[in-house]
This record gives sequence, structure tokens and C-alpha cells, in this order.
Amino acid sequence: MKQFLEGAVAIARTVALCRPGVISAYPITPQTHIVEELSSLIANGELNAEFVNVESEHSAASCVLGAVATGVRAYSSTSSQGLLLMAEVLFNIAGMRLPVVMCCVNRAVSAPLNIWNDQQDIMTVRDAGIILLFAETIQEACDLHIQAFKIAEHKEVMLPVIVNIDGYILSHGYEPVELPLQETVDKFLPPYNPAYKLDVDNPVTLGPLSGPEYYLETRYAIQQTMNNEVIKIISQVAKEFTDLFGRESYGLVESYKLDDAETVFVAMGSICGVIKEVVDELRDKGEKVGVVRIISYRPFPNETLVKLVASTKKIIVIEKAISLGSNGPLFTEISSLLYTTHNNKNKPLISGYICGLGGRDVTKEEIVSIYEESKTQSPTAKFINVKQENLGSVI
Amino acid sequence: MKEIIIFARAGQGAITTAQILGSAIVKSGKYAYAFPHFGAARMGAPMNAFLRYDDKPIRLRNQIKIADYSIIVDETLFSFKNPAETLKPQGIAIINSLRNFPLTDTKQIISVPANDISVEITGRPFANTVLLGAFCAVTGIVPIEILYESIKERFKGKAAELNIKLSEAGYKFIKKQ
Repeated sequence: MKQFLEGAVAIARTVALCRPGVISAYPITPQTHIVEELSSLIANGELNAEFVNVESEHSAASCVLGAVATGVRAYSSTSSQGLLLMAEVLFNIAGMRLPVVMCCVNRAVSAPLNIWNDQQDIMTVRDAGIILLFAETIQEACDLHIQAFKIAEHKEVMLPVIVNIDGYILSHGYEPVELPLQETVDKFLPPYNPAYKLDVDNPVTLGPLSGPEYYLETRYAIQQTMNNEVIKIISQVAKEFTDLFGRESYGLVESYKLDDAETVFVAMGSICGVIKEVVDELRDKGEKVGVVRIISYRPFPNETLVKLVASTKKIIVIEKAISLGSNGPLFTEISSLLYTTHNNKNKPLISGYICGLGGRDVTKEEIVSIYEESKTQSPTAKFINVKQENLGSVI
Repeated sequence: MKEIIIFARAGQGAITTAQILGSAIVKSGKYAYAFPHFGAARMGAPMNAFLRYDDKPIRLRNQIKIADYSIIVDETLFSFKNPAETLKPQGIAIINSLRNFPLTDTKQIISVPANDISVEITGRPFANTVLLGAFCAVTGIVPIEILYESIKERFKGKAAELNIKLSEAGYKFIKKQ
């Protein structure tokens, strides 16, 4: 039965169905109520787990690192400045090959202080060796959480996963959501049983000193795992999920109306819903246009994407993050992919647009005007909806 | 697809109002998406909750600028602005107010003394569920019984009972006009 649930609550109840043993979080701004709901579930006896209330996000990440290192499934969630404070530990979690699952409720980064949505926060840890998945809807955010544990804990993966959801738009939004049955989740997700863990009877060392003789191979190993095993396993787990839960999960990317599309939008997260609405309207007017929605940003689905956009003339990347002094991170990704893999003669033109930073609303009309502009121009890192009257007061 | 804006101040329960109405709309077989927009992110600051509903899943996530229906919890937000400005041409606003608003050609502005109705029943001005009852009566989108069900899911015991009474009073206020 579908319930009209808030994103944060729906995610918390889904995480509870995944039976984590430890949840740790720092409970003030910029935290969301995902962990608040989880702490209620534990306090009410509905979830048998230990909630560790800590004094900072650095400690929250350290706590889940320690829990997973001892062989216990663990979960945390954070946002914005909180994720930045976790960054040091997140690199450690990935380097130690610990399958922590987290949710990042994507929000802008200070200064100036802003609590609203964009996807800048997660870009600060995109190089850490964490699998990064992006949800478009609240239902998908829930479904990806269940899959995240399975992907992370797969013996050939053993890497952390962060499920990304747009702050407010999904975290504080309400939608009809179907929460699965406990028995279905149990069937899909067996108990965490790692090949290695901290155990006084069988001592091992995790994350030791590793000099120039060994360090490079640890990075090589993660890179190999990401580009080979993880790419395969994300698709495989999505298929298993679709079969068992009876709800489609797309795996690495979702393609929307790509048949005969000459222009393709590429984007991540909830903005894809707005873009799909625009695509439907443009299609009604006879425009050949479609959407590629990136679900897995790390690993980046290179091969799948090259196939999907092989016959495209124009790619429009729309994103809610900017590498200041360069381009949008997704734009850079797509353009480097096409430069290195595509046949030179058929290379599509690429435009890059930055929008929605710090919670600025993105409308259908703006997406339409981007489409119209792209017929004659291919700008890079072009900001949408810049208010000239504000610039005088911004240093 | 229809679009609703709820105008309130942070702390006045606009998100709860959107949640209850959205839940009732979903119970009556439609899809809905509700989300808040905070201005200053502190209690008392003007804020909006938005609600879209349709026969198919809602994909549109941007804020609603002009709506099919506006529900105005705090009329002081409209001291210098006409509620008609928030509406599409055939739109209807339901405002917690004692004032009569000038008629426009196509838009309707319906005043409901929701604070007074609530004070009479509960001793305190809880306008939200009065306005929701009025909304059901004006629009006919959701049968009032389904609204009661959603209220019962959101509140427990005495709070559920009072909020049902409040919404019933709002519903009857419109019906007897």
C-alpha cells in the first residue's frame, strides 16, 4: 500500500528494514530528520540497533567506520558542512574497504551560509573511492538505500556507498511511497558477513602505514573494482531488485525518450523530473529530444553512456554544482568521456549549464530556453538565472 | 495537474496542512507531491508549502508561483498584497480572515473566520484544519470523510478528535453559505 510519506521518514523506515546494527549521527544543523526518525524507531523498540549520538560529523563517520570494521552493518546521514567535516574519515572508510552506507541530503556549502539544495557538497568527496548514487524521487531514494547495502557489502566490491537526495525537494517533500515488506528485504539482503573484520580471536590490522612500496596498488585496486566489478554489480543488483520487488530500478543510468533523439539532456537527481516534463512538451511539438539521467556518478558509467549518446548531435549538461575556476563536474566528465572514446567525425556538441545553486528554483521555462539556446550555441559553465541586480552587492 | 500554495509563517503548521491534504488526495486515488519552501528558516518567518496533484505521478519539482488554489493561514502576509495575485485565472483562494475581498472577474477569494471558529471549539486559534474542511467543501476534490481519515493518521487521541471537529466546522461554514 502506498503511503504519503516525507522523504526523510520514508528513507529512515527503509533503512530500518535493512537491519543496521549501529547508526551514528550528529543531530543538529545541517542534519536532516532521517536520523531523527531512526532514533525514534530505536527508542520505540521497532529497530534493534544502537544509536550513537556523537559530538561532530567527524565522530559520526568514525563511529560507523569502527562499527563496520567489527563486522556490523552501520548507517549515517549528513549534509553540506557535515559532509565536509566527515571528508577525512570518508577517505579512510573507502581506503579500508569498509561498506558503510550513508545518505547525503545534498545542500549548498558555506559561505555565505545557505541551508538550501544544490549538489556541491558531495563533489568534495567524489574522488574518495565512494560509490555515489543519485535519486530522482523519494521512492527511488528508498529503493537505492536497499540496493546500496547489497552493492557495498558484495564481496567483490567492499566499498562505501552514499545515496544522494536533493535537500528539501526530496528530504522534506512528501510523495506516495511503497515501503517493502520486511521479509522481501530479508530475502534480498542477507546479514552482513564480511571476509575480514576486527576480531580479538583472529586479529587483523586495517588501515596501517603503507609506504611508497604499497600505497599505489591500494588506489589501483579501488579503481579496478570501481570500473569493473561495481559497474557490473550495480546493474545486476538493480535487476535483482526489479525482479523481487516488482518495481523498476534502472541501475547505472535511466534513459528517457532517447530513440531518434538528436538532443540529449544529461543531469542527476530530482531536476530530471522537471527536464522530463519539458522533454514531453518538446516532443509534442516534434522536437527530437531525450534525457540521460545519471544514477551512478561514481563509478561513472562510461561505456553505457557512450552507447546511449552514440548518434546524438547535441548534449546539454544541466547541473547543480560548479568547480569554481573550471566547469561543472558532470560537464567535465561527459566531455572527457566523449573526447577519449568517440569517433571524431561524429562527436556531439556539448553545452554546460549551472543552475539551482543554494536552492535557486529551476523552472520548466528555463529548461526550454536552454534548449532553444543550444540550437545555435554551445556555452560552457553558463549560469542560469543570474540576477544582475544582485551582483553589485556580492563581493 | 492542479497546484496549491499554502501561505503561512514557520511554526503555523503549513507543512502538516499540506501533508494531511496530500494524504487525503492520495487516498482518493490520485498522485500528489508536497514540499515546503522556507524563507528565513526561523519561526515566524513567512513560508510556503506547495502541493501538486494529478492522475499520474508528479515529476515537476519547482516552486509554484501562481496556483489553482491558495490556502492562506495567516492573513497578515497579505496586508499589502491581494490574494488574487497568487492565483491562475480561474483560481480560488481560501483565506483565514474576517474581511471581504473585492471580487475579480474570474477568481474567487473566500474568507473563512478560521481563528474564531477554532477559538470557539478549542479555545485557541488553530486555523489549519478549519481551512482544510472549507477547502473540501469549496473544491469537492476530497470527500470530507477521507480528510478525517488523514487527520486521524496524523494526530492521536484528543488532538485527532478536535482537528476533525475543526475541519467539520470549516466544511459546514462553507456549506451553509
